[in-house]
Amino acid sequence: MQDILDLAMKVADSAEVFRISSKKTLLQFESNRLKNVETKQISQITLRLITNGRIGIASATEASNQHDLVNEAKELTRLGNEVKFNFPQIVQCPHVIVDDKSTGLITLEEMNKLGEELVSLIRQYNPDIICQARVLKDTVSICIVNSCGGQADYSKTLFSLGIEGTLVRDTDMLFVGETQSSCRPLAEPEVISNVVIKQLDSSRNKASVRNGVLPVIFTPNGVASALMPSLITALNGKTVFNNASPLGSKLGELVFDRKLTIHDDPLINYRPGSRPCDDEGIPSQITPLIMEGVVSNFLYDLQTASLAGVKTTGNGSRNRGGLPSPSPSSLVIAPGNIDFHEIIGDVKEGLLVEWLMGTTQGNVLGGDFSGNVLLGYKIENGKVVGRLKNTMISGNVYKLLDDIIAVSRDTKWVGSYLLTPYIYCPKLSVASK
Amino acid sequence: MFEIEAVSQLLAQVIAKTEADYIEARLETNQSSYLTYKGRELETVGRTKSLGGNIRALVNGGWGFVTFNNLSNLHDNVTLAIKQAKMISHEESVIVRGEPVVDTISDKGMKNPVDIPIQEKKELLDRYNGIMLDTPNIQTTFITYSDNHKRMFFVNSIGSSIEQERANITLRLGAIATSGDDIQQASLSLGNTGDFEAMTVFDSDAAEISRRAVELLTAPQIKGGEYNIILDPVLAGVFIHEAFGHLSEADFIYENQRLRDLMVMGKKFGSKKLNVVDSGLLPGLRGSYKYDDEGMPATHTYLIREGKLVGRLHSRETAGKMGEPPTGNARAINYQFPPIVRMTNTYIEAGSDSLDDMIGDIKDGIYARNWYGGTTSMEMFTFSSGEAYMIRDGRISELIRPIVLSGNVFHTLHNIVAIGNDIKMNQGGGCGKGGQMPLPVSNGSPHIWIRQCLVGGC
Repeated sequence: MQDILDLAMKVADSAEVFRISSKKTLLQFESNRLKNVETKQISQITLRLITNGRIGIASATEASNQHDLVNEAKELTRLGNEVKFNFPQIVQCPHVIVDDKSTGLITLEEMNKLGEELVSLIRQYNPDIICQARVLKDTVSICIVNSCGGQADYSKTLFSLGIEGTLVRDTDMLFVGETQSSCRPLAEPEVISNVVIKQLDSSRNKASVRNGVLPVIFTPNGVASALMPSLITALNGKTVFNNASPLGSKLGELVFDRKLTIHDDPLINYRPGSRPCDDEGIPSQITPLIMEGVVSNFLYDLQTASLAGVKTTGNGSRNRGGLPSPSPSSLVIAPGNIDFHEIIGDVKEGLLVEWLMGTTQGNVLGGDFSGNVLLGYKIENGKVVGRLKNTMISGNVYKLLDDIIAVSRDTKWVGSYLLTPYIYCPKLSVASK
Repeated sequence: MFEIEAVSQLLAQVIAKTEADYIEARLETNQSSYLTYKGRELETVGRTKSLGGNIRALVNGGWGFVTFNNLSNLHDNVTLAIKQAKMISHEESVIVRGEPVVDTISDKGMKNPVDIPIQEKKELLDRYNGIMLDTPNIQTTFITYSDNHKRMFFVNSIGSSIEQERANITLRLGAIATSGDDIQQASLSLGNTGDFEAMTVFDSDAAEISRRAVELLTAPQIKGGEYNIILDPVLAGVFIHEAFGHLSEADFIYENQRLRDLMVMGKKFGSKKLNVVDSGLLPGLRGSYKYDDEGMPATHTYLIREGKLVGRLHSRETAGKMGEPPTGNARAINYQFPPIVRMTNTYIEAGSDSLDDMIGDIKDGIYARNWYGGTTSMEMFTFSSGEAYMIRDGRISELIRPIVLSGNVFHTLHNIVAIGNDIKMNQGGGCGKGGQMPLPVSNGSPHIWIRQCLVGGC
């Protein structure tokens, strides 16, 4: 990497080399059985160089054609946008554990056994269900060097275990599922199967709701699928800089209900979204985004921050190579002080929404969402009475989160990036067939 | 480029004598360039190059798959793929083997879009951006342009050896208008098989989406519920892709007896007027190719004929296991993924109704045009329009906010009451499945009228 940096510095004022290499093993179960085993070895190098205040970027999978890489990046500096930042100097990064040796050591056979156990736990509950499962381990190394003396070098391990079940009755299809991930091996398939069995249990009966406005509880999955796409876009410093974020002019203002607090937190041990520094070598920090309803910060990388005249929050993310862009690490929505079972007990007639389909197909920037309830239930007199179908819900994230009845004490990780409680809102528009 | 050819020949020798029931290898070089704009500023401009490959082995019904960027450990990678497949082994391998194919498909004569100077691409995008930003009340814009050129070498243990070149361009233009806290956007997705010149004629479209974004600020949002809806060819294409295309992909059903029973040939999905086709053979479309990524020839496949299920899309394995003719629909987005069953160019065939008659027959309904997105769970699907208007007393009336529509594959196709005579194919956008996105596909349809279509509201 130093070779490329040296070569680049012959034609550039400053330069940065980013390398990611990973070895990923994925076991896929189809129709209840192991069907496919994949090993993916990837290594990619991205070069950014700055000449006369303009930036050029080029990336390639192999380091063999170093001259080409440098020449291409150099050529692009003629067109590249003006930069007002420089690459960071060497800095101390905070300590966070994202590398667990036992993940690398887990064998194909052990992964297979884990997948088999997960499928069998769910099939024991309902033998008619057809399961697709995934067991994944990944070892990633990231290395950054730049001409200002900055450098970072760390490894991360990832493990994830997930299952999707399909239950077909006549022309009715029910989809259930759960995926969990960590930097450590997940050794307890029961934790995942219990979530799925609960979904199957709640879906045993069918229910319908009337058209109109009803209270709704979003489960952690529901929060992720209905509410997060708009919020993540609006909190991105780039959207703000382009005057396209509804929150852009609201810094320091109370926009949401006081019960809503959200942080970006890359420093939680063993979380896949955690890292000692971002993909530009900026030390990780915890960034409050919404504090008791008040908009507190947006997420920035070096380039966006310099344009906006603020400091980067260390959220430059390259999505496995390529160009950095602001992106959350792990988002943490603060819990409330009421248990979920008490919250649901409060609902006379309403919805419990788990997965919404089609929510990113509307005006995400404006906060509008509209989707078909792929997995969701009707609540009657404080109890789940059955699964909803052919039901669409729609609303606006900003209106909805301005009036929250309760946020639960119970929280759950969704995917690899979001830790969230259940959120209970009084009014949601429902259309059903 | 000599190196990759030599490596593919070596690979052909290596895989010819393994113990796998079937084994294939792919090597690929890919170059691309991209430019993005946010507002007035060129946000990113870059180039990428990749060289990589994969090995996929089938042993006793199990697949092992290995990808790599380093071409020096071919033997080890072949061994690993077979070892992984053996670990699964639980039944006899059943696939369609077909005839060996030895062929070279080059796009000589076509200008490689990646080689066009970036300056030229930038000038074009500056022009479109200028048109959008000059529209009164446009707050900001976004543009993403990317092109790529691929060269792929495929060899398998049946004796096939195929070299293919493919190019691709996509362009998305978006305009954002704001008023107080309200933000509205309108956008346009375009694509083709590598013809940069053809991307230079959209000035009036750029102006139109900008005007529409501004108009949307004052457009009303409709109440959720069931409506009579006319879809334009673009949105109807997305509709058929989501509503039926995905359920035609045999990998979803081939090992699930209940779904096989549900999707039995001859089952009625719509009226006699309805004919649906997936064809990888239509010239010049982004979903077209001569051979799929398992080296099988592309086909023209009727999925629905006169309202009845008559065909579905297959890989070597799904066709083998279901005992149906192969269709050449196994596609991989790049060498990092195994081929899976995908659509190519999917469309509803033209009918005999005119758009004017359809609109004239509707007292109260919606005319929905262009697409924003779409997705499916197989049974239920949603898709969203880029623009929408009320239809009142047989006339297209006021602009409304774009709508999200939803349906059920077993009911909604029956609710198509009219099919227009004006088919168009749309090349914008791409399809996502199994983490492989965006795959170049195209969709098309004439105008269609669906009754009792569920729409989300406010």
